Amino acid sequence: MSLSEAKNNHDPGEADLSDIAIEDVGAASVDKNDRARALASFKRDDRVFYWLTRLSALCVLAILGGIILTLIVGAWPAMRTFGFEFLWTQRWAPQLKPEPILGALGPLYGTMLTSFLAMLIAVPVGLGIAIFLTELCPQTLRHPISLAIELLAGVPSIIYGMWGFFVLGPFLADTFQPAMIATFQHIPVLNSIFAGPPSYLSLFNASLVLAIMILPFITAISREVFNTVPPMLKESAYGLGCTTWEVMRHVVIPYTRVGVVGGIMLALGRALGETMAVTFIIGNSFRISSSLFAPGTTISAAIASEFAESDGLHQSSLILLGLLLFVLTLFVLTAARLLLMRLERREGVAS
Amino acid sequence: MNPIYMRRRRANVGITGLCIASAAFGLIWLGLILFTLLWNGLAGLQWSVFTEMTPPPGSTTGGLANALMGSLIMAGIGVAIGAPLGMFAATYLAEYGKHEKLSSLIRFINDILLSAPSIIIGLFIYGAVVVPMGGFSALAGSLALAVIAIPIVVRTTEDMLNLVPTPLREAASALGMPRSLMIRRIAYKAARTGIITGILLATARVAGETAPLLFTALSNQFWSLDLTSAMANLPVSINNFVQSPYAYWKQLAWTGALIITLAVLALNISARILGAERSKS
Repeated sequence: MSLSEAKNNHDPGEADLSDIAIEDVGAASVDKNDRARALASFKRDDRVFYWLTRLSALCVLAILGGIILTLIVGAWPAMRTFGFEFLWTQRWAPQLKPEPILGALGPLYGTMLTSFLAMLIAVPVGLGIAIFLTELCPQTLRHPISLAIELLAGVPSIIYGMWGFFVLGPFLADTFQPAMIATFQHIPVLNSIFAGPPSYLSLFNASLVLAIMILPFITAISREVFNTVPPMLKESAYGLGCTTWEVMRHVVIPYTRVGVVGGIMLALGRALGETMAVTFIIGNSFRISSSLFAPGTTISAAIASEFAESDGLHQSSLILLGLLLFVLTLFVLTAARLLLMRLERREGVAS
Repeated sequence: MNPIYMRRRRANVGITGLCIASAAFGLIWLGLILFTLLWNGLAGLQWSVFTEMTPPPGSTTGGLANALMGSLIMAGIGVAIGAPLGMFAATYLAEYGKHEKLSSLIRFINDILLSAPSIIIGLFIYGAVVVPMGGFSALAGSLALAVIAIPIVVRTTEDMLNLVPTPLREAASALGMPRSLMIRRIAYKAARTGIITGILLATARVAGETAPLLFTALSNQFWSLDLTSAMANLPVSINNFVQSPYAYWKQLAWTGALIITLAVLALNISARILGAERSKS
């Protein structure tokens, strides 16, 4: 049956594209009923598939809603008992009778401090490696090294934690800290930073492991962002006689600033919420000490080490800690994503 | 030589030197970690690790058989739930609601979930599954892993579907293919290797996750295939062994860590090989 015949046979309004296709594919023998049935089943399939995908997409929203809801419900008893005082109470006494006293100041301080120190180490080093990889490294090594770094970004964080516990901890406690104490003994502020009995479990150790863990992450993102700079721009700068550093400083970094900052904040979000890399080595102590070599705790480490054996108000307080952590990372990650989206949009305009 | 030129040269040498030094510094640390992992892990790698159960306290024999099995089961179920869900969600974002406001919101939230702390996911599943079900269970652990896998699959699948050329879709529609059939037969097929790559990456991520399992699946010492009770798994077993006082347990922790790392690396590398094949063709 030809196309024009098909059109003549039916009301033109009904003859949509699939009508014609069926007639052509199914040859002349196709019964009218069969066709209607096939079309109806197509239509049904279409609708089912559409809703299946739409519901799955809404699932993503539901997960976020579920997370926020369960955290608030779980944290409610602690919120009601402690109120805002929870934020600046340092004491953590879950066993106290008749009422436990619990406060978030210790873990909040630990989370902020370890993340800050980790970023302080990892950002310059990570950016340095990224610059090295995009501008300085010999072409033959460029690919293997970037590949190795990207693979390292995928190594489970518990491995970093174990290494910190078994290897870095003993080294810091037996060699590094005594040397530092001996060096800074008589200098006022510094001696308190390094004070205390040498211990495997310390905020400094945790920060260092955290730094090593986010290093490949920062490097991978910055390298990717640096690679978005059009070669033409860099070549023009080199053509004008710029040195490598001047090209980085005046062309690559201004061009990618937003993306680099976004990547760094993404890494910060990871450092804030990282659990397994710090739990072994931080010592789970809620007291705030002036020494970096004293044990401390972070929100995630506190939850990881105490949650399974907690109940009642203690558990609720741990969930409240989790809620605080979630809000904190939500802010950081939202800022990071907004920055990265700005970069993407600009790229879209440019291309 | 011109003093300005000299100054620029000096600055350049100084900074590039620092970059090279930082690269060496970073790579040495990372190399050191891999080296100690291999060194300590290989020392305990023997056949019994794969055949014997996790040891009771003080014992000097035993392996990780039940933990390995538990990890396989939970990662398997987690990905089996997370991958289709993530794929369908991505299909909506890429095929149906590409320019909708709702889709941008979902995309944004998905990106946030992608880097949300995994321990928070653990707390979520604890409140949403463990408490109503009345106890720790392998099922809860699998669900936690699924929640972690979903954003990864959504992200990669959507990116891959966006790479499928529009004329391909138009050609299918012009032949009279209904939209759902076009997506399943044409778009999925064109994006297949990319989607599989994403699922492999999600599996790799899920396989090494520890924090969300600590209080959802917990752990136990026996061979168990019961999804409704606590189940041993590799990451939590490592977590428990590291903090134990027994030398043999610590050895097992290293061996387990080596096995996990190798598995994750193998998954990542095969994902990469698949990805490279795609960009070649």
